[in-house]
Amino acid sequence: MENKITNQAVLDIIKEKFPNAIENFEEFQGDFIIYVKTEFIHNILKFLHYDENLSFEQLTDTTAVDWATRKNRFSMVYQLLSMKNNYRLRVICYVNDDLIHPTVTDIWKGANWQEREVFDMYGIKFEGHPDLRRMYLPEYVEIHPLRKDYPLMGNPGDFKLPPIIED
Amino acid sequence: MGLEALLRGEDFITTTIDEVIAWARKSSLWPMPMGISCCAIEFIAVNDPKYDLSRFGAEVARFSPRQADVMIVAGTVTYKMAHVVRRIYDQMPSPKWVIAMGACTSSGGMYRSYPVVQGIDQFLPVDIYVAGCPPRPDNLINAIIELQKKVEKTRARDFQDKK
Repeated sequence: MENKITNQAVLDIIKEKFPNAIENFEEFQGDFIIYVKTEFIHNILKFLHYDENLSFEQLTDTTAVDWATRKNRFSMVYQLLSMKNNYRLRVICYVNDDLIHPTVTDIWKGANWQEREVFDMYGIKFEGHPDLRRMYLPEYVEIHPLRKDYPLMGNPGDFKLPPIIED
Repeated sequence: MGLEALLRGEDFITTTIDEVIAWARKSSLWPMPMGISCCAIEFIAVNDPKYDLSRFGAEVARFSPRQADVMIVAGTVTYKMAHVVRRIYDQMPSPKWVIAMGACTSSGGMYRSYPVVQGIDQFLPVDIYVAGCPPRPDNLINAIIELQKKVEKTRARDFQDKK
């Protein structure tokens, strides 16, 4: 089944609604990627979800990228799927240096756990998230292991072993 | 076919209580499969007719730690899971033994990264390590036989004061 909508059409629809928001766009191995400005990200995703022509019903995945040396160190990546058009779109934006980012749980309920995972692994705090706790790691740890400055083997004392009760 | 063929009239044997108890213990090791990941599949194969662990009296896999003698830790133990493994081990009645099955359990294996405990001997007293990723069923049977040799040497009074 082919896409019912072209990359250019998607771009035009977004550009018409948000003329200043898109910084860059590219097609890589069949995936259409748009880079947007952070201050527009919530409105754009809301528009993509509720627009009748685009109708991105599903947020397939939310993740982040740590660029380590760049000024805006983290990127947020949203992977969207429009089942109506059989079309996938990737939206990327920078995270501000204070690491506070708007949540999308009010648009897609499924973003709840995905954003908890990103918070767990990268330490990005999502403003307005209903239940921002760690997803995988124990609650007592204070690390964010997918950051580039975290060593592969961890630091001694990051994780606790169980107490040993002698017979 | 068995010992009863040797019986003639009112024969008797002499032995010690310690040896009888050790013999009974080693011949009925009830394993508790702590199947955390893929090694557990290999443990299932050991119980299947082809390899048939019941030949060594260890076929009764008990999923309650309170009924088990030997815990077979089969799989990658993360720091988060280590607390669960230790708590289940503490619930087993003494005498109890531990088999570390597979490379991940024994040494962290290929998971040389921050969340994986690099060998469960950091928080459990391990009796037998089994090599392999995952170990062949023969290898686990060998571990059971080695454990039987170890249990054979125990004395009942060694466990008198244990819980």
